[in-house]
Amino acid sequence: MTAPAPPGCPVATACPYCGVGCGVLATPDGFGGAAIKGDPDHPANFGRLCSKGSALGETIDLEGRLLEPRINGAPAPWDDAISLVADRFRAAIAEHGPDSVAFYVSGQLLTEDYYAANKLMKGFIGTANIDTNSRLCMASTVVGHKRAFGADTVPGTYEDLEEADCVVLVGSNLAWCHPVLFQRLAAAKTARPGMKVVNIDPRRTATSALADLSLRLAPGSDVALFNYLLNQIEAEGAVDASFVEAHVTGFPEAMAEARRATLKRTAEITGLSPVEIEAFAQLWLRRERVVTVFSQGVNQSSAGVDKVNAILNCHLATGRIGRPGMGPFSVTGQPNAMGGREVGGLATTLACHLDLTVPEHREGVRTFWNAPAMPQGNGLKAVDLFRASADGRIKALWIMSTNPAVSLPEADDVAAAIAACPFVVVSDIIADTDTTRLADVLLPATGWGEKSGTVTNSERRISRQRPFLPAPGQARPDWRIIADVGAAMGWPEAFAWESEAAVFREHAALSGVASSLGGDFDISGLKHLGDAEYDALDPVQWPVPHHGEPGGRLFGEGGFATPDGRARMLPLVHRAPATPLSPEWPFRLNTGRVRDHWHTMTRTAKSARLSAHMAEPYLEIHPDDAAAAGIEPATLVSVESPFATAVLRAIVTDRTPRGSVFAPMHWTAITAARGRIDALVGAETDPLSGQPESKAQPVRLSPFRPAWYGFALSRRAPLPTTAYWAEARGPAHWRVELAGTAQPADWVAFARTLFDLPGTVEAVSVIDSARPVARIAFVVDGRTEALLLTSDAPVEAARAPLAEAFDAGAEARPMLSGRPAGNRPDPGPIVCSCHGIGANTIAAAIAAEGLSTVEAIGAALGAGTACGSCRPEIATLLQAFQPEIAAE
Amino acid sequence: MSSVERLVVIGAGMASGRMLEHLFEAAPDRYAVTLFGAEPRGNYNRIMLSPVLSGEKTYAEIVTHDAAWYARHGVTCRFGEAVTRIDRARRVVVSDGGETHYDRLVIATGSQPFIIPVPGHDLPGVVTYRDLDDTEAMIAAARPGARAVVIGGGLLGLEAAAGMRLRGMDVTVLHLMPHLMERQLDPSASALLRHELEGRGIRVHCSANTSAITGAGQVEAVALDDGTVYPADLVCMAVGIRPSTNLAKAADLACGRGILVDDQMLTSDPAILALGECAEHDGMVYGLVAPLYDMAKVAAKTLTGAPAAYARTETATKLKVTGVDLYSAGDFAPTDPQGAAREEIVFRDPARGIYKRLVLEGDHLVGAVMYGDTTDGAWFFGQIRQRADVSAIRDTLIFGPDAAEAAPLDPMVAAAASPGDPAARQRPSSPAAALRAANDRHRAVSAAA
Repeated sequence: MTAPAPPGCPVATACPYCGVGCGVLATPDGFGGAAIKGDPDHPANFGRLCSKGSALGETIDLEGRLLEPRINGAPAPWDDAISLVADRFRAAIAEHGPDSVAFYVSGQLLTEDYYAANKLMKGFIGTANIDTNSRLCMASTVVGHKRAFGADTVPGTYEDLEEADCVVLVGSNLAWCHPVLFQRLAAAKTARPGMKVVNIDPRRTATSALADLSLRLAPGSDVALFNYLLNQIEAEGAVDASFVEAHVTGFPEAMAEARRATLKRTAEITGLSPVEIEAFAQLWLRRERVVTVFSQGVNQSSAGVDKVNAILNCHLATGRIGRPGMGPFSVTGQPNAMGGREVGGLATTLACHLDLTVPEHREGVRTFWNAPAMPQGNGLKAVDLFRASADGRIKALWIMSTNPAVSLPEADDVAAAIAACPFVVVSDIIADTDTTRLADVLLPATGWGEKSGTVTNSERRISRQRPFLPAPGQARPDWRIIADVGAAMGWPEAFAWESEAAVFREHAALSGVASSLGGDFDISGLKHLGDAEYDALDPVQWPVPHHGEPGGRLFGEGGFATPDGRARMLPLVHRAPATPLSPEWPFRLNTGRVRDHWHTMTRTAKSARLSAHMAEPYLEIHPDDAAAAGIEPATLVSVESPFATAVLRAIVTDRTPRGSVFAPMHWTAITAARGRIDALVGAETDPLSGQPESKAQPVRLSPFRPAWYGFALSRRAPLPTTAYWAEARGPAHWRVELAGTAQPADWVAFARTLFDLPGTVEAVSVIDSARPVARIAFVVDGRTEALLLTSDAPVEAARAPLAEAFDAGAEARPMLSGRPAGNRPDPGPIVCSCHGIGANTIAAAIAAEGLSTVEAIGAALGAGTACGSCRPEIATLLQAFQPEIAAE
Repeated sequence: MSSVERLVVIGAGMASGRMLEHLFEAAPDRYAVTLFGAEPRGNYNRIMLSPVLSGEKTYAEIVTHDAAWYARHGVTCRFGEAVTRIDRARRVVVSDGGETHYDRLVIATGSQPFIIPVPGHDLPGVVTYRDLDDTEAMIAAARPGARAVVIGGGLLGLEAAAGMRLRGMDVTVLHLMPHLMERQLDPSASALLRHELEGRGIRVHCSANTSAITGAGQVEAVALDDGTVYPADLVCMAVGIRPSTNLAKAADLACGRGILVDDQMLTSDPAILALGECAEHDGMVYGLVAPLYDMAKVAAKTLTGAPAAYARTETATKLKVTGVDLYSAGDFAPTDPQGAAREEIVFRDPARGIYKRLVLEGDHLVGAVMYGDTTDGAWFFGQIRQRADVSAIRDTLIFGPDAAEAAPLDPMVAAAASPGDPAARQRPSSPAAALRAANDRHRAVSAAA
């Protein structure tokens, strides 16, 4: 295994966040930290990094890390933990069959980890019950790609976005979710202003600023819009007849359906004006170089697969695919969603883009693995997997590097399902998450910076993640943990890898087998990489059938991965979101990411910088809807679905359309009282991909009327228990937004409990006897340890200056006022005690207002008009500060 | 008849002094002024006697009007000359120097210290704390190590105690009530004050009922009814003041506790005005400087025929003991006159010895007590006097003008709008106020339903 780097030496690695897959240069400082910058040589980012990537150095400390195996909460030796996991899985299989166990894994895993998990499950345990959180973000694209191309293949490269004359973004807040790719696009548009950008999204987002045309279509109406486009492609003669003739089947059927998409009908379904729709069609048709980028707005839908194919139809009909500046482009959410798809780490795939349901594929892989047991068909997809756990069919469950108790739809039920499972193993880097709280066995995994392997980004580019830190505590790489369990379960030869490089070589070799079976994914050119070559592997785009001959664009000349080599166009019919709105549930809840947080924030919440951007779960609501519902800006709003209720901060904005509200998906039970947004989302899924419809849950809204609102800062982790709270990290503090439904009888005692401070710590307090207004600071040796401000309205406070002052050790009193720096200049030493007027104030008035007498100062400021004792001093100030009169 | 009217003023203290300033400013030549003063000196800033007692200032530094000032304004000074009678029928005042005619008369005789009539109250060595002579008597007695007992833990008594302590005396304060300055301070602030004074070496005995002052030809001790005896070389009695109304009563002017005046400061004889601590207006007599100055302004206008009306002055108190910051203003009883509980906002910083209490009735501040940090006292006093509506600034009211006058802060926390999104930045100018209004509407709707 690759040794961690010595201090001061930059290590080229890849960012662990989104699917752009940026190269990162990490320079360890020798004390567990590292300086982070973009890798100028990495073809994904050429040195750029986004806010999250730049802050990676702030997330690699060991606070909160899981550093030893734990059994039922107690630390345990690795051998005991591995034996227990192996025994319990074996016992479940022996008693209930292989389908009684399941893995739920993650696009955060490296390809080698993913490969090991998939091999153990599908080849040795003998079930396909391994699914992944990629089910939540990419499954619809996987199926859409397979339906159209015969394989899950992204045809293009990032350069296509720069070389296009028109880039259409569909359901993608690229600016926040794939910031570096957005920067590349923005730079290209600046360099070539003729380039057009179309943003198709019900919301106005940060991405909209770049768009020449923004289509704020009705949620879920993408198929209708692209059917109209396809109709116009034919009507305006833009069909590439020779490409269709040579490389496409299904054109007549697809067209037959598309021709029904009249402008009027399309306008009705999408809610767009005919002018907007026409403008979009013209932009698309008048330029050949069109890239259509799509992401979660397309995928996370009960019609997600059809949406993907509606987009692919248009590119196939025009032959605009696999050529410079052209093509459909799925951008993935996770750093290794693509790698997971490549190893086949989904319940509906086998390995290397092969299919479980194809006997030859099964046999080819079985032979390669020398596998004792292979499942005959697909396993349980994520939503079904946890339902099976809930109803007792799953007896042993292993969750790796993901937080399904937060992230899956109907998350409360998922949490209950995990709790209901007789034996739950969680491998993670973080000790306390909503999911680890439910585990019987916790296994400490190595994290980013410690682990070694490969990831594949959205443009099929495989990059090395390289370690630059030692594995902390007893943490081990995921592939190693899986291999140890596999060996302990009785298959030591199959899991005898000595290094991640060995795992990779096996994966690459298997891709050669897959290729021989007609698969598109082929990196067999890398199967003989030596350990050193593997370590030194430059970012490489697949397919790599021969070492040194990496692939580029695909399908420009056809060659699809279908049996007949032809792509499929499909007849598609618009389907509205699965659950219609009703008077009882009148709003569509859209969910998504914020710029500076990642998934369930187990890492990004460690960073003060990242936490400063959006430190609280919130709900965007249109001003008209807010007014009708009686929701004031900055107050709390109760968001209710048939499954759960969340309490969020209201942002009243027309960024979100009427009738639709938006909430970020990141907050957990660790970071907020009632911010677990996926608990509200019903588990409606796309019938083909099984991907949940995460952006269309009908909800209702009502003002959440707490008795009081609060804002707190604390040097130690607070213990909030109020009806509402959300906490975030600052550089040397936690900050908490609070709200309570009942006023504490004793505010100081309440605050002491909140901050977990002993009775000996003295409180500075302001208490209002009649209103829930309290301001409390706990001071130890002159340093403020904790601060609580409450009010009957959202607390007005200069939060950033407050936090800064708090970290700087400012006095309690100015912080209690909410204005540590004040808004007025320092009045200076008090001259007029009666009126509390200082020398600076008087001097300023003398200069500014040309005051020349003590009386005038008295008239202007009141100084010296009560007891008069200060009048001589005022006279002195007058002499000092009056402008000099020029001598004759 | 001479065109210059004759104005006689009895009492050369701060009230009449301020009145004369206003008068000379408005009508410098209208009156020929004769000023009688019981003390053999002109107007000085009586409330600055404590720094003189403590040695932090000299008498010269607290003189308000010197001989040159009186000369410049043509004032005939009759200092040290007691007025013995007013003959209203003849419009003359009678003094040791004879009769002085007036066209208008102003009585500003101030007040007299109250003397508790216990045995020994008239022994040599028992002083009050009223004027420069009293102050000098205490200074004269202030040999280091000498023992002083101050009877009265109010404003004056504590200033006297602190001053004598600074001069090295062994000082004991006896106070009848359970806590010091009970008229100005609530128990919490009073306890902080007591702690501070005790830290300076001043002994404090509350709930102390003096039964006798003892001594053979000179004060030697003070005895309490609980049997405690405090040896004393000097006793300063500072238990309160009474308006000096003897002259007025003798002249049959209407008097209550003080000389009754109307809003123009006129007594029952329209030729005669009264102001200052001797005057009673609308049932109130005052012992603090602010109302006296207000009265002075009105009296000066009345004398020049200008319309003016005095209205009740809210009072504020500041203890002038160096190093002790203490301020109280308005009415800070825990209940209103009808007995209903008042709302209050209390700031406590025990480590730094800071205590502040604001008392509210509805949306108005009616009282303020501050100890340890009185910076914002005058501002609070202003809010009380103006009956300002403080509801919009209530959250941070106790932090004074800096917080109240600053631009509204953003309650929109964390989930801030993204930059460049003006729509999301729009919010009510005072979100808290808007929310309260919304909550009130909600409550109203709920109540109706």
